[in-house]
Amino acid sequence: MRLAGLAIVLSLWATYAAALEVEDHRRYEGTGERTLRILSTADLDVFTPFLEAFHSENPQITLDYTVASSAELHRGIRNGAEFDVAISSAMDLQFQLVNDGFARSHRSPVTDALPDWARWRDQIFAFTTEPAVVVISTEGFAGLAVPATRQELIALLRDHPDRFHGAVGTYDVRESGLGYLFATQEARATDAYWRLSEVMGRLDPQLYCCSGQMIDDVAEGRLALAYNVLGSYAAERLARDSGGRVRILRMTDFSNVILRTAIIPGVAQDPQNAGRFIDSLLAIGLRDTQGDWPLPPLGETSENARGGFGPIRLGPALMVYLDPLNRRTFLQEWGNAIEQQ
Amino acid sequence: MTATGSIGRRLTLLLAGVAALLSLMSWGMVSGLARQAAERTQDNVLVASATTIAETLRSEQGEVRLDLPYSAFSMLGAISEDRVFYLVTAGAEMLTGYPDLPVPTLDRPAPGRVSFNTGSYRGEEVRMASLTRVVLAGAEPVPVTVTVAQTRNGVGAIAGELSQLAAMLSVAFFVVAVGLSFVAARTSLRPLNEIAQAVSRRGPSDLRPLKRPTPTELAPLMGALNRLMDRLGQSIRRSEDFIAEAAHRVRTPLATVRAQAEIALRSIDDETERARLRRMIRAVDESSRSAGQLLDHATVAFRADDLARDRLDLAELARQTVEALEPTAAMRDIEIRLHAEPAEVEGDAILLDNALRNVLDNAIKYSPEDTAIELRIARRDGGARISVIDEGPGLGDGPVDELTDRFRRGGNVEGIVGSGLGLTIANDVLRAHGGRLELGEDPERRGACVSLVLPSS
Repeated sequence: MRLAGLAIVLSLWATYAAALEVEDHRRYEGTGERTLRILSTADLDVFTPFLEAFHSENPQITLDYTVASSAELHRGIRNGAEFDVAISSAMDLQFQLVNDGFARSHRSPVTDALPDWARWRDQIFAFTTEPAVVVISTEGFAGLAVPATRQELIALLRDHPDRFHGAVGTYDVRESGLGYLFATQEARATDAYWRLSEVMGRLDPQLYCCSGQMIDDVAEGRLALAYNVLGSYAAERLARDSGGRVRILRMTDFSNVILRTAIIPGVAQDPQNAGRFIDSLLAIGLRDTQGDWPLPPLGETSENARGGFGPIRLGPALMVYLDPLNRRTFLQEWGNAIEQQ
Repeated sequence: MTATGSIGRRLTLLLAGVAALLSLMSWGMVSGLARQAAERTQDNVLVASATTIAETLRSEQGEVRLDLPYSAFSMLGAISEDRVFYLVTAGAEMLTGYPDLPVPTLDRPAPGRVSFNTGSYRGEEVRMASLTRVVLAGAEPVPVTVTVAQTRNGVGAIAGELSQLAAMLSVAFFVVAVGLSFVAARTSLRPLNEIAQAVSRRGPSDLRPLKRPTPTELAPLMGALNRLMDRLGQSIRRSEDFIAEAAHRVRTPLATVRAQAEIALRSIDDETERARLRRMIRAVDESSRSAGQLLDHATVAFRADDLARDRLDLAELARQTVEALEPTAAMRDIEIRLHAEPAEVEGDAILLDNALRNVLDNAIKYSPEDTAIELRIARRDGGARISVIDEGPGLGDGPVDELTDRFRRGGNVEGIVGSGLGLTIANDVLRAHGGRLELGEDPERRGACVSLVLPSS
């Protein structure tokens, strides 16, 4: 009795320690007793088809789906939050979890079918490849040539400060893990990034935590341009509404492609079903065509690879910008560029 | 003779054993080297990574600063999927990285020197490379140590892969070596087999020394064998000489005894005494005949080693032999009919005469009185065949081939004295000539048919 009480206290404490800032939550009740707890950065409207696909195949398993930001997810798993699967688009944070030993291994015929670049140590698995894109409002760009490269974009912004003042949006990289990943990778890949940031900084840019809000603001005319939006969300929204008011641009000089990855945390209660869930995601990710799915498949990278923009590589180098010193330096530079008032 | 196993097999096994040992050793060595090479590669990359980080160390406003270069970690990720940890400390203070990384603290860090350590971190074995650089922060020089660590799964995987490859190569090497060992053993034993074959190919009385090129190791064996054969030959010659001498010495006094007995026979009238004397004469005759055969046998044994090869006409030879035996035959009213066509052969006249005489003598001895013996000489397949056919009791029911053994007599010879040497002598002569003696029964005349077959010369 006393032990049971202690256990309750301990579990409450553990829950407290791992308390998460939850953005959204949904439960699919299953017929059996098993519950699969999934922590993810993907919004429900994007991820519902994936959950339903698994649920229809495994109706006995209850699915408990929690949405959190990538930083929250990273912190939660690090602190031992009890989830069976963690899915995030911030591949650097996910990678660090695996490197630091917070994930467990999973192998199946499906994971063996994955290309080498889509997995690491049988512990982290990619199931989408999603490009960073620029979303523009056709009204905001009325009468202007649509830019194809950063040079053209820089020139455009520089030449029309009045039109774009306060109408440019991008990630607040201090808040968004994905924004930070995009920014650091882009800064590494092209020197145009800093010049573009400085030009945007002079235009009083709007900073966002998430892609969704940025796209909403473009669609509603508050923004003329949203820079570095995760393509999957944008594409999904665009298909739903717009009526031609929103356009998606892919910069031809360089374009980041991230992998959305899933891991099984070391504390997972049901690693077996977690593996099955990941297999289900990977099977969908390995499809040949886009289909009706809201997230692009893995295979698209092969085309992109030919264009020179492969996905960001899963490897220890991802941890470089997560180093506190490096992060401090980068955020300082970024702040200097973006916030010039 | 007890066989103690085959030298060839033993040699093969021994060589295979050596090959197995060498294979095992080479596998162990290659595996060890592969592991070392993989470890060194990892060490080198770790050093390169640590150096790349150390290069960025600088002091800004009295503080030690650094940037982790992207390449420092991407080079670690390029080789294997190993987990990476790092730690940068300035003096006793941690700048960045994993604070609990088990880097052994050096009492006096030597700047510029790389030190390697192996430890356990987060449940896995890690290899660490530490590099110390002195940075002037403010007024004081601060030793900054950069440590880069990586798990060793990749090293294990590479070493395991190479070890497996080495194992496969070693097995292949072993299989080839066993095959070669087998061939080597057979090749080195071939001279021995050749000598054995040369010895076993020889005729029973061929005691000439073996003259063939032999490997040095076999020369003593050859020498011993040749000396043995030489001694054996001498010993045989001595005993043949002895027999010949003995026969000769016995024959002469026997002749004297016979002459004396005949004189006594003529001078005695008493029938009982005369009968006794006649028995005595017959016994002396038989002894004399046996002595003659022993002499013949010795002659054959002696001459067979060094056979004369003269061209001679068998018909002529047979005629002379028949002439010599006619008195003996006439005593028992036996007629010898010679049907001869000229047949030239190469051979030793004395030996062939000996053989024919012994065969004819046998025929006369076993023929009933007042019968005929047929002697036919015919050319056959370039050679010649001399057949002696009598009307005697045949060769009996025993095995015919054994009749040519020395002192072996047929099963139906009771009451007839004989030594059992006659057919042996004939057989030896024919074999020395490369021919053979054929024993059979004549279907028409119900007697024995002994044929002397000589091959074409």
